[in-house]
Amino acid sequence: MIQVEHLVKTFGEFTAVDDVSFNVAAGEIFAFLGPNGAGKTTTIKMLTTLLKPTSGAIEIDGLDAAKQSNETRKRFGIVFQDPSLDQELTAAENMDLHGVLYHVPRKLRHERTQMLLELFELWERRNDYVKTFSGGMKRRLEIARGFLHTPKILFLDEPTLGLDPQSRNQLWTHVKNLNKTEGVTVFLTTHYMDEAERVADRIAIIDHGKIAAEGSPDELKAQTETDSLEAAFLKLTGSTIRDERADASDQMRQMARMWRK
Amino acid sequence: MNAIYILWLRELKRYMRSRAMIVASLGQPLLYLLVLGFGLGPVFQRAGNGSYIQFVAPGVIGMSVLFTSVFSGIGLLWDRQFGFLKETLVAPVPRVTVMIGKTLGGATVATIQGLIVLIICLIAGFRPISWVAIPLAILFMILTAVVFAGLGVAIGSRLQDIQGMQLIMNFVVLPIYFLSGALFPLHGLPSVLSFITRIDPLSYGIDALRLLLIGTSEFTLVVSLVVLCGTALLFVGLGSYSFSKIQL
Repeated sequence: MIQVEHLVKTFGEFTAVDDVSFNVAAGEIFAFLGPNGAGKTTTIKMLTTLLKPTSGAIEIDGLDAAKQSNETRKRFGIVFQDPSLDQELTAAENMDLHGVLYHVPRKLRHERTQMLLELFELWERRNDYVKTFSGGMKRRLEIARGFLHTPKILFLDEPTLGLDPQSRNQLWTHVKNLNKTEGVTVFLTTHYMDEAERVADRIAIIDHGKIAAEGSPDELKAQTETDSLEAAFLKLTGSTIRDERADASDQMRQMARMWRK
Repeated sequence: MNAIYILWLRELKRYMRSRAMIVASLGQPLLYLLVLGFGLGPVFQRAGNGSYIQFVAPGVIGMSVLFTSVFSGIGLLWDRQFGFLKETLVAPVPRVTVMIGKTLGGATVATIQGLIVLIICLIAGFRPISWVAIPLAILFMILTAVVFAGLGVAIGSRLQDIQGMQLIMNFVVLPIYFLSGALFPLHGLPSVLSFITRIDPLSYGIDALRLLLIGTSEFTLVVSLVVLCGTALLFVGLGSYSFSKIQL
């Protein structure tokens, strides 16, 4: 379903993704783990046509993501790591806008909006502006919106960041259910090893833009001769704390926060 | 079509809900109308050019349309900052559709803003020569708004940070405004200035408004119509191209 070959992305002198290759089979849940700045989000951005690779090939459901980007975008849904809601619209309006952009018929759009907002306990607040929501509520709405259409592939970029355990549990139960009943292929990144172990069929560990290891959670533990995924992760990536480069959007967000103060 | 409509509606909803922004954006046109209109009025009249309020009102309406439409396009920068741009860029709709929705939304908001300023001008004493010409004047406001919303999207697609906005304001928007003949008549200018005013698309928008509202003009209505339509196509095309090249 997803085929990546010799993927490279450079920003000037810096190589964010360095000759990465992997395959994700249809109906598989594939986790991409790595420390901060390892190249996870850059890879997802290239897979979802937001960034053009410097070199290499990406095939999504048989389509060349670089040359057939419009067709490719019809195949997947995504929950971003950073906020992507319109704060000046209500929760229901954000859902509706997403549904129209993803060609979900009106009746189905309304039914699914109600089901998902109820599932993530936002139905009572559907007519409130997103700017009045707490961080956790915004995150839940982002996730609900990502599930509004049922894509063939679902990209989840650190979806549980800022969520309480109850919401995390709700999310993963729903993801597993979608995977089982609809055969949705899931590509996810997370920092939580327990989550990756719980939901992923296969895991790739990326560090410094390269894939360090790939396999099922048990295979990774066996490869590294460790007894937990976290220990395997640390053995493969080391224990040094990494810094991420702030991009232009990050800098603008920081500036906006300063102005608000 | 649905995607264009929903993105157009989004721009409209955001505008209607931002009362502070509506009031703030009226401040500058009001200042120009009242300070220049009443301040320079006696001098303008003594020079034998009639009422300055009558002369400057179409210019102030044009200014409002220009600023609102350009900054609506540049609003892409905020969508980039708050992440909403990603949502539209990964949607399975052609990027040109997203760009058109945004441009038409910005143009609609700018036209509404222009109409509000027209009403304020009427309250301040401005009187059009014919009420019948008002619908045609609105058509020229829409055309001018599309031209500059397209330009705004073209600029907004390339801007990466907020510091660039000041640069655009000082080196693009203000020169377009001051060199359009909004504040002074276009005839009798030095040849270099005269040439510059003729390559400024806002000159044609304001000149058409002036012809329809007060009956004086430098260009014919057909010339203004052709120039504005051509520039609209050019800027919307440029905006579509720039928007299609955005990478996040």
